[in-house]
Amino acid sequence: MSTNILKQEFKMGLRSVVTWSVSVAALIMVFVSLFSSFAQDAALLNEMMSNFPDELLAAFGMSGVDLSTILGYFSLAFLFVQVCLAIQAANYGFSMVSVEEREWTADFLLTKPVGRRQILTSKLLAALGGLLITDIVVWTSSLLFINLFKGDAGYEARSLLLLLLSIVPFQLVFLAVGLVISLLVRRIRSVTPYAMALAFGMYVLSAFGDMLGDVALEKITPFKHFEPNYIVQHAAYDVPLVLISLSAIVISLLGSYILYARRDIPSAV
Amino acid sequence: MSVIEVNHLTKYYGKARGIIDVSLQVHEGEIFGFIGPNGAGKSTTIRLLLSLIHPTGGTATIFGKDCIRYGPELRREIGYLPSEVFYYERMKVIDLLKYSASFYDKDCTRRLHELSELMELELHRRIEDLSYGNKKKVGIVQGLLHGPKLLFLDEPTAGLDPLMQREFFQLIREENQRGVTVFFSSHILGEVQRMCNRVGIIKEGRMVEIADIQTLQQNNYKKVRVAADVLDVTRFGLPGVTNLEHNNGVVRFFYKGDINTVMRRIGEITVSDVTVEEPTLEEIFMHYYE
Repeated sequence: MSTNILKQEFKMGLRSVVTWSVSVAALIMVFVSLFSSFAQDAALLNEMMSNFPDELLAAFGMSGVDLSTILGYFSLAFLFVQVCLAIQAANYGFSMVSVEEREWTADFLLTKPVGRRQILTSKLLAALGGLLITDIVVWTSSLLFINLFKGDAGYEARSLLLLLLSIVPFQLVFLAVGLVISLLVRRIRSVTPYAMALAFGMYVLSAFGDMLGDVALEKITPFKHFEPNYIVQHAAYDVPLVLISLSAIVISLLGSYILYARRDIPSAV
Repeated sequence: MSVIEVNHLTKYYGKARGIIDVSLQVHEGEIFGFIGPNGAGKSTTIRLLLSLIHPTGGTATIFGKDCIRYGPELRREIGYLPSEVFYYERMKVIDLLKYSASFYDKDCTRRLHELSELMELELHRRIEDLSYGNKKKVGIVQGLLHGPKLLFLDEPTAGLDPLMQREFFQLIREENQRGVTVFFSSHILGEVQRMCNRVGIIKEGRMVEIADIQTLQQNNYKKVRVAADVLDVTRFGLPGVTNLEHNNGVVRFFYKGDINTVMRRIGEITVSDVTVEEPTLEEIFMHYYE
Protein backbone atom coordinates (compact mmCIF):
# COMPACT_ATOMS: atom_id res chain seq x y z
CA MET A 1 0.00 0.00 0.00
CA SER A 2 1.21 3.50 -0.76
CA THR A 3 -0.30 6.28 1.32
CA ASN A 4 0.31 8.89 -1.36
CA ILE A 5 -1.71 6.95 -3.94
CA LEU A 6 -4.40 6.24 -1.38
CA LYS A 7 -4.69 9.92 -0.50
CA GLN A 8 -4.71 11.03 -4.10
CA GLU A 9 -7.28 8.46 -5.17
CA PHE A 10 -9.48 9.24 -2.21
CA LYS A 11 -9.35 12.95 -3.00
CA MET A 12 -10.24 12.36 -6.63
CA GLY A 13 -13.21 10.19 -5.66
CA LEU A 14 -14.54 12.36 -2.87
CA ARG A 15 -16.87 14.48 -4.98
CA SER A 16 -18.65 11.38 -6.26
CA VAL A 17 -18.83 9.87 -2.78
CA VAL A 18 -20.48 13.01 -1.41
CA THR A 19 -22.98 13.14 -4.28
CA TRP A 20 -23.99 9.51 -3.83
CA SER A 21 -24.19 9.76 -0.04
CA VAL A 22 -26.39 12.84 -0.11
CA SER A 23 -28.67 11.32 -2.76
CA VAL A 24 -29.13 8.07 -0.89
CA ALA A 25 -29.75 9.91 2.39
CA ALA A 26 -32.39 12.02 0.64
CA LEU A 27 -33.99 8.88 -0.76
CA ILE A 28 -34.16 7.35 2.70
CA MET A 29 -35.62 10.51 4.16
CA VAL A 30 -38.36 10.77 1.56
CA PHE A 31 -39.28 7.11 1.90
CA VAL A 32 -39.29 6.94 5.66
CA SER A 33 -41.13 10.23 6.05
CA LEU A 34 -44.03 8.74 4.10
CA PHE A 35 -44.37 5.88 6.59
CA SER A 36 -46.87 7.57 8.88
CA SER A 37 -49.36 8.13 6.07
CA PHE A 38 -48.86 4.52 4.98
CA ALA A 39 -49.23 3.21 8.50
CA GLN A 40 -52.61 4.88 8.95
CA ASP A 41 -54.02 2.88 6.09
CA ALA A 42 -51.76 -0.13 6.57
CA ALA A 43 -54.57 -2.55 7.20
CA LEU A 44 -56.24 -1.38 4.02
CA LEU A 45 -52.99 -1.55 2.08
CA ASN A 46 -52.14 -5.02 3.33
CA GLU A 47 -55.58 -6.16 2.31
CA MET A 48 -55.24 -4.56 -1.09
CA MET A 49 -51.86 -6.15 -1.60
CA SER A 50 -53.19 -9.57 -0.73
CA ASN A 51 -55.46 -9.14 -3.73
CA PHE A 52 -52.54 -8.49 -6.05
CA PRO A 53 -51.17 -11.49 -7.94
CA ASP A 54 -48.28 -13.08 -6.07
CA GLU A 55 -45.97 -12.71 -9.06
CA LEU A 56 -46.42 -8.94 -9.09
CA LEU A 57 -45.69 -8.65 -5.39
CA ALA A 58 -42.68 -10.89 -5.79
CA ALA A 59 -41.31 -8.79 -8.64
CA PHE A 60 -41.20 -5.79 -6.31
CA GLY A 61 -39.89 -7.76 -3.38
CA MET A 62 -43.14 -7.30 -1.52
CA SER A 63 -44.31 -10.80 -0.81
CA GLY A 64 -44.99 -11.27 2.86
CA VAL A 65 -44.13 -7.67 3.62
CA ASP A 66 -46.11 -6.16 6.44
CA LEU A 67 -46.37 -2.47 5.62
CA SER A 68 -47.92 -1.66 8.96
CA THR A 69 -44.57 -2.11 10.77
CA ILE A 70 -41.79 0.37 10.26
CA LEU A 71 -39.25 -2.31 9.39
CA GLY A 72 -41.60 -4.04 7.00
CA TYR A 73 -42.08 -0.74 5.30
CA PHE A 74 -38.39 0.12 5.48
CA SER A 75 -37.33 -3.20 3.98
CA LEU A 76 -39.33 -2.28 0.91
CA ALA A 77 -37.67 1.12 0.68
CA PHE A 78 -34.30 -0.46 1.31
CA LEU A 79 -34.47 -2.28 -1.99
CA PHE A 80 -34.13 1.07 -3.75
CA VAL A 81 -31.25 2.01 -1.50
CA GLN A 82 -29.60 -1.27 -2.48
CA VAL A 83 -30.00 -0.51 -6.18
CA CYS A 84 -28.30 2.86 -5.67
CA LEU A 85 -25.49 1.36 -3.62
CA ALA A 86 -25.00 -1.37 -6.22
CA ILE A 87 -24.65 1.19 -9.02
CA GLN A 88 -22.24 3.24 -6.96
CA ALA A 89 -20.06 0.30 -5.96
CA ALA A 90 -20.07 -1.18 -9.46
CA ASN A 91 -19.15 2.23 -10.80
CA TYR A 92 -16.11 2.42 -8.52
CA GLY A 93 -15.13 -1.13 -9.38
CA PHE A 94 -15.34 -0.63 -13.12
CA SER A 95 -13.53 2.70 -13.13
CA MET A 96 -10.80 1.95 -10.57
CA VAL A 97 -8.24 0.79 -13.09
CA SER A 98 -9.94 1.54 -16.37
CA VAL A 99 -10.14 5.28 -15.82
CA GLU A 100 -6.35 5.50 -15.95
CA GLU A 101 -6.26 3.63 -19.21
CA ARG A 102 -9.12 5.58 -20.70
CA GLU A 103 -7.51 8.90 -19.88
CA TRP A 104 -4.00 7.58 -20.46
CA THR A 105 -2.75 8.48 -17.01
CA ALA A 106 -1.67 4.88 -16.39
CA ASP A 107 1.70 5.68 -17.96
CA PHE A 108 2.31 8.30 -15.32
CA LEU A 109 1.38 6.14 -12.36
CA LEU A 110 2.91 2.88 -13.52
CA THR A 111 6.32 4.33 -14.32
CA LYS A 112 6.66 5.46 -10.72
CA PRO A 113 8.61 3.22 -8.34
CA VAL A 114 5.58 1.28 -7.11
CA GLY A 115 4.48 -2.24 -7.88
CA ARG A 116 1.12 -3.02 -9.41
CA ARG A 117 -0.02 -4.87 -6.31
CA GLN A 118 0.63 -1.79 -4.21
CA ILE A 119 -1.24 0.38 -6.69
CA LEU A 120 -4.25 -1.91 -6.72
CA THR A 121 -4.30 -2.20 -2.94
CA SER A 122 -4.12 1.56 -2.53
CA LYS A 123 -6.87 2.13 -5.06
CA LEU A 124 -9.05 -0.54 -3.43
CA LEU A 125 -8.59 1.02 -0.02
CA ALA A 126 -9.47 4.45 -1.39
CA ALA A 127 -12.64 3.04 -2.95
CA LEU A 128 -13.48 1.22 0.28
CA GLY A 129 -12.99 4.46 2.17
CA GLY A 130 -15.45 6.14 -0.16
CA LEU A 131 -17.98 3.35 0.23
CA LEU A 132 -17.56 3.40 3.99
CA ILE A 133 -18.42 7.09 4.07
CA THR A 134 -21.57 6.33 2.09
CA ASP A 135 -22.35 3.50 4.53
CA ILE A 136 -22.00 5.74 7.53
CA VAL A 137 -24.33 8.24 5.90
CA VAL A 138 -26.83 5.46 5.11
CA TRP A 139 -26.64 4.13 8.66
CA THR A 140 -27.04 7.43 10.42
CA SER A 141 -29.78 8.70 8.14
CA SER A 142 -31.67 5.42 8.39
CA LEU A 143 -31.53 5.41 12.18
CA LEU A 144 -32.31 9.10 12.36
CA PHE A 145 -35.31 9.08 10.05
CA ILE A 146 -36.72 5.81 11.31
CA ASN A 147 -36.72 7.07 14.86
CA LEU A 148 -38.07 10.41 13.71
CA PHE A 149 -40.96 9.06 11.68
CA LYS A 150 -41.81 5.75 13.30
CA GLY A 151 -44.49 7.34 15.47
CA ASP A 152 -45.57 5.07 18.29
CA ALA A 153 -44.53 1.92 16.49
CA GLY A 154 -41.57 -0.03 17.86
CA TYR A 155 -39.10 -2.12 15.91
CA GLU A 156 -36.68 -4.93 16.46
CA ALA A 157 -33.22 -3.38 16.68
CA ARG A 158 -31.44 -6.60 15.74
CA SER A 159 -33.23 -6.85 12.40
CA LEU A 160 -32.49 -3.26 11.53
CA LEU A 161 -28.85 -3.60 12.52
CA LEU A 162 -28.40 -6.71 10.40
CA LEU A 163 -30.11 -5.04 7.50
CA LEU A 164 -27.94 -1.94 7.73
CA LEU A 165 -24.71 -3.90 8.11
CA SER A 166 -25.54 -6.06 5.11
CA ILE A 167 -24.73 -3.21 2.75
CA VAL A 168 -20.98 -3.57 3.39
CA PRO A 169 -20.57 -7.04 1.81
CA PHE A 170 -23.32 -6.15 -0.66
CA GLN A 171 -21.29 -3.21 -2.00
CA LEU A 172 -18.10 -5.24 -1.94
CA VAL A 173 -19.56 -7.79 -4.35
CA PHE A 174 -20.34 -5.11 -6.90
CA LEU A 175 -17.00 -3.38 -6.37
CA ALA A 176 -14.98 -6.57 -6.76
CA VAL A 177 -16.98 -8.02 -9.63
CA GLY A 178 -16.90 -4.68 -11.47
CA LEU A 179 -13.15 -4.53 -11.01
CA VAL A 180 -12.47 -8.03 -12.27
CA ILE A 181 -14.72 -7.54 -15.30
CA SER A 182 -12.94 -4.28 -16.12
CA LEU A 183 -9.67 -6.23 -16.11
CA LEU A 184 -11.05 -9.02 -18.26
CA VAL A 185 -12.02 -6.71 -21.09
CA ARG A 186 -9.46 -4.87 -23.15
CA ARG A 187 -10.88 -1.44 -22.73
CA ILE A 188 -13.89 0.22 -21.14
CA ARG A 189 -14.96 3.32 -23.01
CA SER A 190 -17.57 4.43 -20.55
CA VAL A 191 -18.10 3.11 -17.05
CA THR A 192 -21.74 4.04 -16.48
CA PRO A 193 -23.37 1.55 -18.89
CA TYR A 194 -21.34 -1.28 -17.38
CA ALA A 195 -22.19 -0.29 -13.81
CA MET A 196 -25.88 0.15 -14.66
CA ALA A 197 -25.97 -3.16 -16.51
CA LEU A 198 -24.40 -5.05 -13.62
CA ALA A 199 -26.54 -3.43 -10.94
CA PHE A 200 -29.87 -3.52 -12.77
CA GLY A 201 -29.08 -6.88 -14.30
CA MET A 202 -28.66 -8.37 -10.85
CA TYR A 203 -31.78 -6.64 -9.63
CA VAL A 204 -33.82 -7.93 -12.56
CA LEU A 205 -32.48 -11.45 -11.99
CA SER A 206 -33.60 -11.26 -8.40
CA ALA A 207 -37.05 -9.94 -9.35
CA PHE A 208 -37.49 -12.56 -12.06
CA GLY A 209 -36.26 -15.29 -9.77
CA ASP A 210 -38.97 -14.34 -7.27
CA MET A 211 -41.60 -14.13 -9.95
CA LEU A 212 -40.78 -17.45 -11.48
CA GLY A 213 -40.00 -19.08 -8.19
CA ASP A 214 -36.67 -20.04 -9.69
CA VAL A 215 -34.14 -20.98 -7.02
CA ALA A 216 -31.20 -21.20 -9.41
CA LEU A 217 -31.33 -17.49 -10.16
CA GLU A 218 -31.22 -16.47 -6.54
CA LYS A 219 -27.85 -18.13 -6.19
CA ILE A 220 -26.32 -15.61 -8.56
CA THR A 221 -27.60 -12.26 -7.45
CA PRO A 222 -26.53 -10.35 -4.33
CA PHE A 223 -29.99 -8.79 -4.20
CA LYS A 224 -31.16 -12.25 -3.18
CA HIS A 225 -28.22 -12.94 -0.91
CA PHE A 226 -29.02 -9.84 1.09
CA GLU A 227 -32.76 -9.59 0.55
CA PRO A 228 -34.10 -6.95 2.99
CA ASN A 229 -37.40 -8.74 3.32
CA TYR A 230 -35.70 -11.95 4.43
CA ILE A 231 -33.36 -10.24 6.88
CA VAL A 232 -36.20 -8.31 8.52
CA GLN A 233 -38.54 -11.26 8.74
CA HIS A 234 -35.97 -13.68 10.09
CA ALA A 235 -33.74 -11.26 11.97
CA ALA A 236 -30.91 -13.23 10.41
CA TYR A 237 -28.93 -13.62 7.19
CA ASP A 238 -29.49 -16.43 4.76
CA VAL A 239 -26.02 -17.75 5.50
CA PRO A 240 -25.47 -20.12 2.55
CA LEU A 241 -26.44 -17.36 0.13
CA VAL A 242 -24.27 -14.80 1.91
CA LEU A 243 -21.37 -17.20 1.59
CA ILE A 244 -21.85 -17.21 -2.19
CA SER A 245 -21.45 -13.44 -2.16
CA LEU A 246 -18.39 -13.63 0.05
CA SER A 247 -16.74 -16.17 -2.22
CA ALA A 248 -17.54 -13.98 -5.23
CA ILE A 249 -15.71 -11.14 -3.48
CA VAL A 250 -12.66 -13.24 -2.68
CA ILE A 251 -12.44 -14.82 -6.13
CA SER A 252 -12.93 -11.50 -7.91
CA LEU A 253 -10.27 -9.79 -5.84
CA LEU A 254 -7.76 -12.59 -6.30
CA GLY A 255 -8.49 -12.62 -10.01
CA SER A 256 -8.07 -8.86 -10.19
CA TYR A 257 -4.63 -8.96 -8.60
CA ILE A 258 -3.49 -11.68 -10.97
CA LEU A 259 -4.93 -10.00 -14.06
CA TYR A 260 -3.61 -6.57 -13.14
CA ALA A 261 -0.10 -7.84 -12.53
CA ARG A 262 -0.03 -9.33 -16.03
CA ARG A 263 -1.89 -6.57 -17.78
CA ASP A 264 -0.38 -4.82 -20.79
CA ILE A 265 -1.04 -1.13 -20.48
CA PRO A 266 -2.28 0.19 -23.82
CA SER A 267 -0.39 3.06 -25.34
CA ALA A 268 -1.94 6.34 -26.38
CA VAL A 269 -0.20 6.42 -29.73
CA MET B 1 29.14 -1.16 -18.12
CA SER B 2 25.80 -1.69 -19.80
CA VAL B 3 22.96 0.18 -18.20
CA ILE B 4 20.40 -1.44 -20.46
CA GLU B 5 20.81 -4.88 -21.87
CA VAL B 6 18.16 -6.24 -24.17
CA ASN B 7 18.36 -9.85 -25.34
CA HIS B 8 16.19 -11.24 -28.10
CA LEU B 9 13.23 -9.29 -26.83
CA THR B 10 10.00 -10.07 -28.65
CA LYS B 11 6.52 -8.71 -28.19
CA TYR B 12 3.34 -9.65 -29.99
CA TYR B 13 0.01 -8.02 -29.23
CA GLY B 14 -2.11 -11.04 -29.96
CA LYS B 15 -1.10 -11.66 -33.54
CA ALA B 16 0.02 -8.12 -34.23
CA ARG B 17 3.75 -7.54 -34.34
CA GLY B 18 5.28 -5.33 -31.70
CA ILE B 19 9.00 -6.08 -31.87
CA ILE B 20 10.85 -9.22 -32.93
CA ASP B 21 14.15 -10.45 -31.53
CA VAL B 22 15.50 -7.07 -30.53
CA SER B 23 18.91 -7.07 -28.86
CA LEU B 24 20.84 -4.00 -27.87
CA GLN B 25 23.02 -2.52 -25.18
CA VAL B 26 23.12 0.98 -23.83
CA HIS B 27 26.30 1.93 -22.01
CA GLU B 28 26.59 4.03 -18.91
CA GLY B 29 26.73 7.73 -19.60
CA GLU B 30 25.86 7.66 -23.28
CA ILE B 31 22.98 9.10 -25.21
CA PHE B 32 21.60 6.25 -27.24
CA GLY B 33 19.47 7.20 -30.20
CA PHE B 34 16.68 4.85 -31.13
CA ILE B 35 15.35 5.65 -34.54
CA GLY B 36 12.70 4.33 -36.83
CA PRO B 37 9.49 5.51 -38.41
CA ASN B 38 6.14 5.44 -36.63
CA GLY B 39 5.01 1.92 -35.88
CA ALA B 40 8.49 0.39 -36.11
CA GLY B 41 8.43 -0.63 -32.45
CA LYS B 42 10.23 2.18 -30.64
CA SER B 43 7.52 2.80 -28.08
CA THR B 44 6.95 -0.92 -27.64
CA THR B 45 10.61 -1.34 -26.70
CA ILE B 46 10.50 1.50 -24.21
CA ARG B 47 7.22 0.30 -22.71
CA LEU B 48 8.73 -3.16 -22.28
CA LEU B 49 11.74 -1.70 -20.50
CA LEU B 50 9.44 0.24 -18.19
CA SER B 51 7.39 -2.95 -17.61
CA LEU B 52 4.22 -1.24 -18.77
CA ILE B 53 3.83 -4.25 -21.02
CA HIS B 54 5.18 -7.79 -20.77
CA PRO B 55 7.43 -9.49 -23.31
CA THR B 56 6.36 -12.48 -25.36
CA GLY B 57 9.95 -13.69 -25.37
CA GLY B 58 13.47 -12.64 -24.49
CA THR B 59 14.76 -10.64 -21.54
CA ALA B 60 15.77 -7.14 -20.66
CA THR B 61 17.84 -5.91 -17.76
CA ILE B 62 18.42 -2.42 -16.43
CA PHE B 63 21.37 -1.81 -14.11
CA GLY B 64 21.88 -5.56 -14.31
CA LYS B 65 18.44 -6.44 -12.95
CA ASP B 66 15.47 -7.93 -14.75
CA CYS B 67 13.27 -5.04 -15.73
CA ILE B 68 9.97 -6.74 -14.91
CA ARG B 69 10.91 -8.50 -11.71
CA TYR B 70 12.72 -5.54 -10.21
CA GLY B 71 10.54 -2.95 -11.95
CA PRO B 72 9.42 -0.92 -8.96
CA GLU B 73 12.92 -0.78 -7.49
CA LEU B 74 14.52 0.11 -10.83
CA ARG B 75 12.05 2.85 -11.54
CA ARG B 76 13.42 4.87 -8.63
CA GLU B 77 16.33 5.73 -10.87
CA ILE B 78 14.38 6.08 -14.09
CA GLY B 79 12.79 9.14 -15.62
CA TYR B 80 10.31 8.80 -18.45
CA LEU B 81 8.97 11.34 -20.88
CA PRO B 82 6.35 9.80 -23.15
CA SER B 83 5.59 11.10 -26.62
CA GLU B 84 2.05 11.95 -25.62
CA VAL B 85 1.60 13.32 -22.11
CA PHE B 86 -1.57 12.81 -20.11
CA TYR B 87 -2.11 13.78 -16.50
CA TYR B 88 -5.02 13.98 -14.12
CA GLU B 89 -6.90 16.83 -15.78
CA ARG B 90 -8.42 18.37 -12.69
CA MET B 91 -5.17 18.70 -10.79
CA LYS B 92 -3.10 21.81 -10.61
CA VAL B 93 0.39 21.63 -12.08
CA ILE B 94 2.06 22.06 -8.71
CA ASP B 95 -0.10 19.35 -7.12
CA LEU B 96 0.69 16.94 -9.91
CA LEU B 97 4.41 17.61 -9.58
CA LYS B 98 4.24 17.20 -5.81
CA TYR B 99 2.32 13.97 -6.26
CA SER B 100 4.99 12.82 -8.67
CA ALA B 101 7.72 13.76 -6.20
CA SER B 102 5.96 11.92 -3.37
CA PHE B 103 6.88 8.61 -4.98
CA TYR B 104 10.57 9.11 -4.33
CA ASP B 105 12.37 8.81 -1.04
CA LYS B 106 14.35 11.98 -1.49
CA ASP B 107 13.30 15.60 -1.25
CA CYS B 108 12.73 16.84 -4.79
CA THR B 109 11.36 20.29 -3.95
CA ARG B 110 14.40 22.29 -5.00
CA ARG B 111 14.83 20.52 -8.31
CA LEU B 112 11.11 20.74 -8.93
CA HIS B 113 11.21 24.52 -8.71
CA GLU B 114 14.46 24.83 -10.64
CA LEU B 115 13.07 22.84 -13.53
CA SER B 116 9.71 24.58 -13.47
CA GLU B 117 11.43 27.92 -13.69
CA LEU B 118 13.61 26.75 -16.53
CA MET B 119 10.61 25.44 -18.42
CA GLU B 120 8.62 28.58 -17.56
CA LEU B 121 5.78 26.55 -16.11
CA GLU B 122 2.76 28.20 -14.55
CA LEU B 123 2.43 26.09 -11.46
CA HIS B 124 -1.01 27.12 -10.33
CA ARG B 125 -2.93 26.40 -13.49
CA ARG B 126 -5.01 23.30 -13.92
CA ILE B 127 -3.71 20.60 -16.21
CA GLU B 128 -6.93 20.73 -18.26
CA ASP B 129 -6.29 24.40 -19.08
CA LEU B 130 -2.79 23.84 -20.43
CA SER B 131 -1.84 23.81 -24.09
CA TYR B 132 -0.24 20.69 -25.47
CA GLY B 133 3.23 22.23 -25.36
CA ASN B 134 2.75 23.24 -21.74
CA LYS B 135 1.61 19.77 -20.78
CA LYS B 136 4.75 18.49 -22.40
CA LYS B 137 6.77 20.81 -20.19
CA VAL B 138 5.01 19.38 -17.15
CA GLY B 139 6.11 16.02 -18.49
CA ILE B 140 9.73 17.13 -18.70
CA VAL B 141 9.75 18.44 -15.13
CA GLN B 142 8.00 15.35 -13.78
CA GLY B 143 10.44 13.09 -15.59
CA LEU B 144 13.50 14.84 -14.22
CA LEU B 145 12.62 16.13 -10.77
CA HIS B 146 13.86 13.10 -8.90
CA GLY B 147 17.31 13.18 -10.50
CA PRO B 148 17.09 9.87 -12.35
CA LYS B 149 20.19 8.00 -13.52
CA LEU B 150 18.49 6.73 -16.64
CA LEU B 151 16.17 8.70 -18.87
CA PHE B 152 13.72 7.36 -21.43
CA LEU B 153 12.68 9.99 -23.91
CA ASP B 154 10.06 8.81 -26.37
CA GLU B 155 9.89 11.34 -29.21
CA PRO B 156 10.30 14.09 -26.67
CA THR B 157 10.25 17.19 -28.82
CA ALA B 158 6.83 16.75 -30.40
CA GLY B 159 4.75 19.76 -29.45
CA LEU B 160 7.63 21.90 -28.18
CA ASP B 161 8.40 25.15 -29.97
CA PRO B 162 11.93 25.51 -31.37
CA LEU B 163 13.06 27.71 -28.51
CA MET B 164 11.87 25.22 -25.93
CA GLN B 165 13.37 22.40 -27.93
CA ARG B 166 16.77 24.06 -27.65
CA GLU B 167 16.25 24.61 -23.94
CA PHE B 168 15.22 20.99 -23.59
CA PHE B 169 18.24 19.62 -25.45
CA GLN B 170 20.50 21.82 -23.36
CA LEU B 171 18.90 20.36 -20.26
CA ILE B 172 19.34 16.80 -21.48
CA ARG B 173 23.00 17.48 -22.30
CA GLU B 174 23.57 18.83 -18.81
CA GLU B 175 21.93 15.79 -17.30
CA ASN B 176 24.09 13.63 -19.51
CA GLN B 177 27.25 15.43 -18.43
CA ARG B 178 26.35 14.64 -14.85
CA GLY B 179 26.45 10.99 -15.84
CA VAL B 180 22.83 10.34 -16.73
CA THR B 181 22.33 7.71 -19.40
CA VAL B 182 19.76 8.65 -22.00
CA PHE B 183 17.67 6.38 -24.20
CA PHE B 184 16.36 8.71 -26.85
CA SER B 185 13.75 7.52 -29.32
CA SER B 186 12.91 9.70 -32.27
CA HIS B 187 12.05 9.77 -35.91
CA ILE B 188 13.56 13.22 -36.32
CA LEU B 189 17.05 12.35 -37.43
CA GLY B 190 18.55 15.80 -37.13
CA GLU B 191 18.05 15.86 -33.38
CA VAL B 192 19.38 12.34 -32.94
CA GLN B 193 22.46 13.28 -34.95
CA ARG B 194 23.04 16.33 -32.77
CA MET B 195 22.46 14.56 -29.46
CA CYS B 196 23.51 10.97 -29.66
CA ASN B 197 26.73 8.96 -29.50
CA ARG B 198 25.31 5.76 -30.83
CA VAL B 199 22.17 4.86 -32.66
CA GLY B 200 20.04 1.81 -33.15
CA ILE B 201 17.84 1.66 -36.18
CA ILE B 202 14.63 -0.31 -35.96
CA LYS B 203 12.51 -1.32 -38.91
CA GLU B 204 9.25 -3.22 -38.82
CA GLY B 205 10.00 -4.47 -35.33
CA ARG B 206 13.56 -5.65 -36.00
CA MET B 207 16.91 -3.99 -35.35
CA VAL B 208 18.65 -3.34 -38.62
CA GLU B 209 21.77 -1.57 -37.36
CA ILE B 210 23.45 -0.46 -34.17
CA ALA B 211 26.51 1.72 -34.57
CA ASP B 212 28.37 4.86 -33.57
CA ILE B 213 27.02 7.80 -35.44
CA GLN B 214 30.53 8.53 -36.71
CA THR B 215 31.23 5.04 -38.00
CA LEU B 216 27.80 4.95 -39.46
CA GLN B 217 28.59 8.06 -41.41
CA GLN B 218 32.14 7.09 -42.32
CA ASN B 219 31.55 3.51 -43.35
CA ASN B 220 28.58 4.45 -45.26
CA TYR B 221 27.94 6.30 -48.42
CA LYS B 222 29.89 9.32 -49.46
CA LYS B 223 27.89 12.02 -51.02
CA VAL B 224 29.73 13.16 -54.13
CA ARG B 225 28.98 16.26 -56.13
CA VAL B 226 30.93 17.11 -59.27
CA ALA B 227 30.49 20.27 -61.31
CA ALA B 228 32.10 20.62 -64.74
CA ASP B 229 31.50 22.34 -68.07
CA VAL B 230 31.49 19.13 -70.02
CA LEU B 231 30.15 16.13 -68.18
CA ASP B 232 29.49 12.62 -69.27
CA VAL B 233 27.27 10.96 -66.71
CA THR B 234 28.07 7.46 -67.85
CA ARG B 235 31.59 8.08 -66.62
CA PHE B 236 30.29 7.62 -63.07
CA GLY B 237 28.35 4.48 -63.77
CA LEU B 238 30.58 2.53 -61.37
CA PRO B 239 29.70 -0.35 -59.11
CA GLY B 240 28.82 1.16 -55.74
CA VAL B 241 27.26 4.29 -57.19
CA THR B 242 23.62 4.95 -56.41
CA ASN B 243 21.14 7.78 -56.75
CA LEU B 244 22.96 9.19 -59.76
CA GLU B 245 21.53 12.55 -60.79
CA HIS B 246 22.54 15.00 -63.42
CA ASN B 247 21.36 18.50 -64.10
CA ASN B 248 22.83 21.87 -65.11
CA GLY B 249 26.33 20.55 -65.37
CA VAL B 250 26.28 19.07 -61.88
CA VAL B 251 26.42 15.36 -61.10
CA ARG B 252 25.44 14.06 -57.70
CA PHE B 253 25.57 10.54 -56.45
CA PHE B 254 26.14 8.35 -53.41
CA TYR B 255 29.15 6.12 -53.45
CA LYS B 256 30.14 3.20 -51.30
CA GLY B 257 33.48 1.50 -51.90
CA ASP B 258 37.11 2.46 -52.40
CA ILE B 259 37.09 6.23 -52.62
CA ASN B 260 40.22 6.16 -54.88
CA THR B 261 38.25 4.64 -57.74
CA VAL B 262 35.96 7.63 -57.82
CA MET B 263 38.81 10.11 -57.32
CA ARG B 264 40.60 8.72 -60.37
CA ARG B 265 37.51 9.02 -62.51
CA ILE B 266 37.09 12.61 -61.41
CA GLY B 267 40.79 13.27 -61.96
CA GLU B 268 40.52 12.36 -65.61
CA ILE B 269 38.25 15.30 -66.40
CA THR B 270 38.42 19.03 -65.92
CA VAL B 271 36.09 19.99 -63.12
CA SER B 272 35.02 23.35 -61.76
CA ASP B 273 34.04 22.06 -58.33
CA VAL B 274 34.05 18.82 -56.31
CA THR B 275 32.65 18.05 -52.89
CA VAL B 276 32.75 14.75 -51.06
CA GLU B 277 30.60 14.71 -47.96
CA GLU B 278 29.52 12.30 -45.34
CA PRO B 279 25.84 11.61 -45.64
CA THR B 280 23.45 12.93 -43.04
CA LEU B 281 21.81 10.42 -40.78
CA GLU B 282 18.65 11.01 -42.69
CA GLU B 283 20.20 9.84 -45.91
CA ILE B 284 21.64 6.75 -44.24
CA PHE B 285 18.33 6.12 -42.65
CA MET B 286 16.43 6.40 -45.89
CA HIS B 287 18.78 3.85 -47.33
CA TYR B 288 17.82 1.35 -44.63
CA TYR B 289 14.24 1.90 -45.40
CA GLU B 290 14.39 1.63 -49.16
